[in-house]
Amino acid sequence: MENIKISQNEVNHVAHLARLEFGEQEKEKFTSQLNDILRYMDKLSEVDTAGVEPMTHAIAQKNAFRMDEVVGSLPPELALANAPESRGGCFQVPKVIE
Amino acid sequence: MELYELTIHELQDKLRTGETSSAEITASVFGRIDAVEKDIHAYITLMRETALAEATRADEAIRKGEIGALTGIPIALKDICCTKDVRTTCGSRILHNFIPPYDATVVEKLRAAGAVLTGKTNMDEFAMGSSTESSFFGATRNPWDLTRIPGGSSGGSSAAVAAGECIASLGSDTGGSIRQPAALCGVVGLKPTYGRVSRFGLIAFASSLDQIGPFTKDVEDCAILMNVIAGYDPRESTSVPEDVPDYRQFLRRGIEGWTVGIPKEYFIDGIDPEVEAAVRETIRVVEKAGAKCIEVSLPHTEYCLAVYYIVAPAEACSNLARYDGVKYGFRSEEGRDLMEMYKKSRAAGFGAEVKRRIMIGTYALSSGYYDAYYKKASQVRALIKRDFDEAFAKCDVILTPTTPTPAFRIGEKTGDPMQMYLSDIFTISTNLAGIPGISVPCGFTAAGLPIGVQFLAGHFQEGRLIQFASAYEKEAHLEKRRPRCHGI
Repeated sequence: MENIKISQNEVNHVAHLARLEFGEQEKEKFTSQLNDILRYMDKLSEVDTAGVEPMTHAIAQKNAFRMDEVVGSLPPELALANAPESRGGCFQVPKVIE
Repeated sequence: MELYELTIHELQDKLRTGETSSAEITASVFGRIDAVEKDIHAYITLMRETALAEATRADEAIRKGEIGALTGIPIALKDICCTKDVRTTCGSRILHNFIPPYDATVVEKLRAAGAVLTGKTNMDEFAMGSSTESSFFGATRNPWDLTRIPGGSSGGSSAAVAAGECIASLGSDTGGSIRQPAALCGVVGLKPTYGRVSRFGLIAFASSLDQIGPFTKDVEDCAILMNVIAGYDPRESTSVPEDVPDYRQFLRRGIEGWTVGIPKEYFIDGIDPEVEAAVRETIRVVEKAGAKCIEVSLPHTEYCLAVYYIVAPAEACSNLARYDGVKYGFRSEEGRDLMEMYKKSRAAGFGAEVKRRIMIGTYALSSGYYDAYYKKASQVRALIKRDFDEAFAKCDVILTPTTPTPAFRIGEKTGDPMQMYLSDIFTISTNLAGIPGISVPCGFTAAGLPIGVQFLAGHFQEGRLIQFASAYEKEAHLEKRRPRCHGI
């Protein structure tokens, strides 16, 4: 297996998924650092995990529900108070559809 | 001694007898802040006016005999806990102007207990870091040596306690971010069991790892704060409905006959020799206090870092997807359409380490890589937890160094992310397994830098940790020193 874990093309793809963008120099440095980190992760292939259930939470909780009753919630004015732009009780954003 | 130098319990004695007042204590703390904050930079936002008003109200309550668990005591908060109407930045440009419309549960609890809130402390951006150097608002300096880091990500909360800029504080710990800075600043820091303290209002980094916990000057203060912040919260779906004992009952009980596990995998090459010597001395001290030390093994220790640096970034990239310039925080004006706005806001709003971890997490979860990375890491995580279950069948607590080295210099590790990640090797496993851990001061290097020792116990065994740590504290008779920060 070659030493390169992630190519600059893949970095572009992942950046798009993550809704990030990078300058060329930044992208080169990132690609190199990401490769170092991902190569380190290869260590995990040494571990025999056959039959091991993946653990995503240390303390397994089930169904943390509450009663289906109307309780208070954040009023619209407070919800909009930090918005960079808002209008008519909505968050305003640049055009979505041409 | 100045009021700002005392512990919560010492100040409570003086408040009860009328020897001092909250107004005097708060003035003493803010006087100290005025003297040293320009050199330490522990705070992002000070809450001076509201603190003074709270102190006045606390004194009225004390006069009427209505004394709560923390009435009149100045406490600082890591700027990752939402405080209603007070700017909460998470150390990031992307939240530089965010004013939460609600208090986090822990903030509500502190207020209900009568605490005086001094301000919001500095931290690595989005809690991602081990030195507080990645804060958008600039670094915090270690009160014991201003050329060195205080640790991270809760560096501000730790430095503030060490320097006397608050009596105690809250931080958060995802991979060691309470315990590591506690060790490097010479204070007590505890990470509770996952689910012990509500995460409602805690700005999320990695949802299966994050916990809020206290920084204090001694173990008794830690018990006092844990009594206030622990407990079930129906608003938080990972909060565990486990009763909260009175943690103060565990102080001064002794550890005669306890078995202490020393994991052989934690005493590796690369530990600073002074750190190792100090930790070996703690083994001697706890044996003198009546405990028996045995070797245990945590065989998957060497994989903890790799597991953490897949799981935490994967959870983080999901949690940080909400920072998109739409509802709050920084928005770039340069986006011509929605997608550009997202990308430019996030690119300009996040720092390099945050972007690095978002990229790792996104990659690890993306189609074609999910099984190889995230699923594999989650399986190894189960084995790491199993290691602890098996070890705790043989011992009551586990004892380890908290960090491999004392505080390093500002700028020393920022060039190489992997080097920075290695400072968490002894603390990371705890978050992965969800168990509680405490770091207590155990000595100083010849150059005068603090060293910490870490104790670990099973789920919801914070009482056991407090019992062990307080017995160690008493037996160790550590010399009380003051950090030589600039100023008084």
